[in-house]
Amino acid sequence: MPRTLTINGQEISARSDQTILEAAQDANIRIPTLCHLDGLTDVGACRMCLVEVTGSNKLLPACTTRVQEGMEVRTDTERLRAYRRQIIELLFAERNHVCAVCVANGHCELQNAAIAVGMDHVRYDYIFPRLSVDLSHERFGMDHNRCILCTRCVRACDQLEGAHTIDVMGRGAKSLIIRDMNVPWGESTTCTSCGKCVMACPTGALFKQGSTVAEMVHDAEKLAFLKAARERKVWNV
Amino acid sequence: MGKLRFASVWLGGCSGCHMSFLDLDEWLFDLAEAVEVVYSPVADFKTFPENVDVTLVEGAIANRDHLELIHTIRKNSRLVVSFGDCAVTGNVTAMRNPLGGADVVLDRAYRDAQLLRPQVPHDDGIVPPLIDHVVPVHAVIPVDLYIPGCPPPAKRIRAVLQAVIEGKSPEMIGREMLKFG
Repeated sequence: MPRTLTINGQEISARSDQTILEAAQDANIRIPTLCHLDGLTDVGACRMCLVEVTGSNKLLPACTTRVQEGMEVRTDTERLRAYRRQIIELLFAERNHVCAVCVANGHCELQNAAIAVGMDHVRYDYIFPRLSVDLSHERFGMDHNRCILCTRCVRACDQLEGAHTIDVMGRGAKSLIIRDMNVPWGESTTCTSCGKCVMACPTGALFKQGSTVAEMVHDAEKLAFLKAARERKVWNV
Repeated sequence: MGKLRFASVWLGGCSGCHMSFLDLDEWLFDLAEAVEVVYSPVADFKTFPENVDVTLVEGAIANRDHLELIHTIRKNSRLVVSFGDCAVTGNVTAMRNPLGGADVVLDRAYRDAQLLRPQVPHDDGIVPPLIDHVVPVHAVIPVDLYIPGCPPPAKRIRAVLQAVIEGKSPEMIGREMLKFG
């Protein structure tokens, strides 16, 4: 059954199993995202895609909210813009994102999001946590300083590779991406070294060994290609 | 209309922002028509003057001299501009923060790595003592404008200064004006 709803006053129709984000994408309405990645299931972690829905007194994540008949959605209000900028500033304050010396400088979704929300400075005190860089894997590295805990690597490893080497340890801002039972990456017995986590990473947290400043270009689109190839036998090249 | 009284200062940074400023090339002549330089690391001034219209601050607040000067700058400047990533975020200058206080980095630089007479320079009044925690400029004083970039490209600097000269507020929108790093 198709559903009819409005997004920013524009009437659109969507399948009943679609999320607001999917319906918006089909209608070419852009909703900002960070933890969403085409080809992976959505978890609503980053809150960048929060939208206003008439009748709901709380904001809803577009990536995990199903469309409903007659829904009135607003994606770009002053309140949402203020929250999105706040989210990005808090991400920058939470870890050590030093764009100038980052492998992903110029190819980073967090950096792009900062530009999109108009961040000219961060209003919160930087936490400057002491975090490690894991270079134990022969081909890849993980810099926890740049991690925004979006869990795209976790989902890519689980849902596309099927290894589930990667997971999250701890709580809140102190959470850490780990491999197996928190072993150095190079010592993981389940990692297949496929590199899908590196492709999925939006920032400089996961990178190929030997990349220096601004050299790390991720390949996130390849994951959606892989999923389509595997599940629907569609090879769009 | 008289010339704007223009200052620039170099705090905890690498001077790259000032190098980028010099990349304004021939536009520097136009700038010289519109402003009077009253303080800058590229000119010989001993004290930060009063009644400054606009001050570009390069670098983070990393030592006690910076901490003292930034308050004078705020008191004496109509517009204070955080100029480049170190001033805006702490950037590379603040990368020592996660390691601990000033002693940790001083030991690393002057004691651990030295074979001959390892000692931390400490002459009073000559080497300003590092503060334990590097902070961006706006963590210490109110800042009016921010120019991100490591360094900010000359075009971005020009767009901001052009607006300031014309008495407008610059449009800090989009990649050209806002990209960090």
